[in-house]
Amino acid sequence: MRGVIGAPPPPLPELAGDYGRVAVFGGAYNNWAAVTAVVADARRRGAEAVWFLGDVGGFGPLPDRTCEVLRELDLPVVQGNYDDSVGNDAHDCACGYTDPRDNHYAQISYDYTLAHTHRDHKRWLAAMPTEARIRVGGKTLHLCHGSPRRVNEFLWESTTPAGFVGHLCDQWEAHAILCTHTGIHWERRLTDGRGVINVGAVGRPANDGRREVWYALLDASTGRLDTTFVPVAYDWEAVVAAMRAEGLPEAFVETLATGWWTTCLEALPARERHHGRH
Amino acid sequence: MTAAPPSPQLPLLWLDTLWVQVTGTVCNIACKHCFISCGPKVTTHQIMPLGDVVQALDDGIAAGMRSVWYTGGEPFLHPQILSLVDAALARAPLGILTNAMLIDDDMAAELGERFRTAPYNLELRVSLDGCTEAANDHVRGRGVFAQTTAAIRRLAREGLEPVLAVSILDGTDAGDRQALVDLVRDLGVRRPRIKWIPAFRIGREERRRGGRAYQSWEQLTAEEVTAPDAPHRLQCGTSRMVTSQGVFPCPILINEPDRRMGDRLADALRPCAVDHKACYTCWVEAFSCAV
Repeated sequence: MRGVIGAPPPPLPELAGDYGRVAVFGGAYNNWAAVTAVVADARRRGAEAVWFLGDVGGFGPLPDRTCEVLRELDLPVVQGNYDDSVGNDAHDCACGYTDPRDNHYAQISYDYTLAHTHRDHKRWLAAMPTEARIRVGGKTLHLCHGSPRRVNEFLWESTTPAGFVGHLCDQWEAHAILCTHTGIHWERRLTDGRGVINVGAVGRPANDGRREVWYALLDASTGRLDTTFVPVAYDWEAVVAAMRAEGLPEAFVETLATGWWTTCLEALPARERHHGRH
Repeated sequence: MTAAPPSPQLPLLWLDTLWVQVTGTVCNIACKHCFISCGPKVTTHQIMPLGDVVQALDDGIAAGMRSVWYTGGEPFLHPQILSLVDAALARAPLGILTNAMLIDDDMAAELGERFRTAPYNLELRVSLDGCTEAANDHVRGRGVFAQTTAAIRRLAREGLEPVLAVSILDGTDAGDRQALVDLVRDLGVRRPRIKWIPAFRIGREERRRGGRAYQSWEQLTAEEVTAPDAPHRLQCGTSRMVTSQGVFPCPILINEPDRRMGDRLADALRPCAVDHKACYTCWVEAFSCAV
C-alpha cells in the first residue's frame, strides 16, 4: 500500500478523465431522490462529468432503487466500504465506528440494506474500483472514499491538519485528494493550492440544521482549482415516507426531516459534535 | 545451545499519533495502579522543555503525523502548559490525558477558548476510576474525586466535554457504565463518553494489593504479530512516544530501557519488537491509548 513507511509505493491508477469543470459527490445512503436531484443540479451547472465516491447503501430505504438510479445514470464511481461489504455479503458495514450506540444503528442499516439489495446489484458494487485519478484544469486529483490509505478512515476538518494534507498529496502525487465517508463537506488548502476536499454526502444532511444535501463542484476556468460546495433541495418527504413504510428507525427519519444527525454521532470529533444539536 | 528466535517485529504503517510525555513521570498524585509509577518526586523521565516539545512536534509534521497527545505524569504541572497547547494546536489536533485536578476556572476558560477557536480539535481525557469518592480515592488518593469532578464541571461549563477514562482493575469497583454516565451528566456533560482502560500489569499495578503480575502465558505469538491486521490492532503500528529520555514505541513501555528506539522521532520510524507482556494486553483488549 502507498503511504506505508519504508514500503515501495505501488503504481497509481491511470487517468480516468480530463475536465475543466466536474462535480463530485459521496454517500448516497439509499437516498435515490437526493442522488437524482444532485446529478440534475450538477449537469445544469455545466459539469462535464459527475463522479460518485461510494457508499450506495445504508441509512435510507429501498436500496435497489438507488442502485438502479446510479446504474441508469452510468456515473463513474469509486467503491466505498459499504459497497465492498454489501457486494461481498460481509457481516457488517466496516464503517469504522468504535462506539456501541453507533454500531447498534449502523447494524440496523446494514442488515436492512444487505437483505434488500438484489444479487445483480451486489455484483456491481463488488466490482467497483477502489480509487481513481482525474485531471481538472491540468491538475491531478486522487479520488477515494475514506482516505487514500484506508477506505474507512475518517478525514474530518478538525482532525486533518495541514501537515498531514501535504503528506497525503506528496505520497499520492496529487494536487488534491477528494474523499467522502464522514458525511460533512469541507476543504483544506495549503498555500501552494494543494489540499484535501471532502465532498460530503448526499444521503443525509450535513448535521447543520438544513434539509438540503451537499456536493462539490470543481472548476478550473480561473486557472486555479476552485471548489464550490453546492446545497441541493430534494423530495425528502418521499424518502421519509418510504423509510416509515419499511419500518426503519424514527431516529433516521428525524435526521432527514430536521437536518440534524441523531445517530452515528460518537465518531464525530468533539469540535464537529459541538456544532450539532445532539 | 540454540540461539533464541528473533523477537517478532511490528511494522510502523504511518504516524497517526505522536505522543509527547511533556511532564515526564512527574505527577501531582501517585495512583496505586500507575503502570509507569508516576508521582510527585518521580523523575525517571523529566519534564520536557518547551523547545524540545516543539522540536518533537516539528519532527512529527515531517513524518506526516495526524494528531498529537500530551501525557505525563500530569501535563498541567508543566509551567508552560498553555504554550505547549498552542504549539500543538497550531500544527495538529491535540488530546491531553489528565487528572484535571489543576484545572481551575481560569485554565478551563483558556482551554474553552482554544476549543472554540483553534484550527484543530482539542480533546481532554480525564481519569476517574470510580463513580464514588470511596471507589476512586481508594486507588487515586484521598481528595482526588472531589477535585477531579469539580474540574469536569468547569470544563463542561466551557463547552469542553471531556472523555472519562476509567480503569478496569482487579479487586476494585469503578461502577457500571450507566452509573458513570449519570455521574458525568450530573456534572454538566451533555454527551458523556467513557474510555475503558485495561490493567497493564507493570509498574505500581504489578505490586498493588489486589493486582497481579503478568503470567507466563500472557505473551503474543509470532503468528499473531505477523497477522495482516496486527499493525492496525496494536497502537505501535501507527504511533510513537517522545519523552525526555528518547523515543519509545508507545506510552506504556517508557520504563523499559531496551524498548528505547532512539533520540529523535526519525530514529523510531521503523519496526518495533512487540514481545513485552504488556503488548498482550493491547492485543487482547484491542486497546489504543489514543482512540
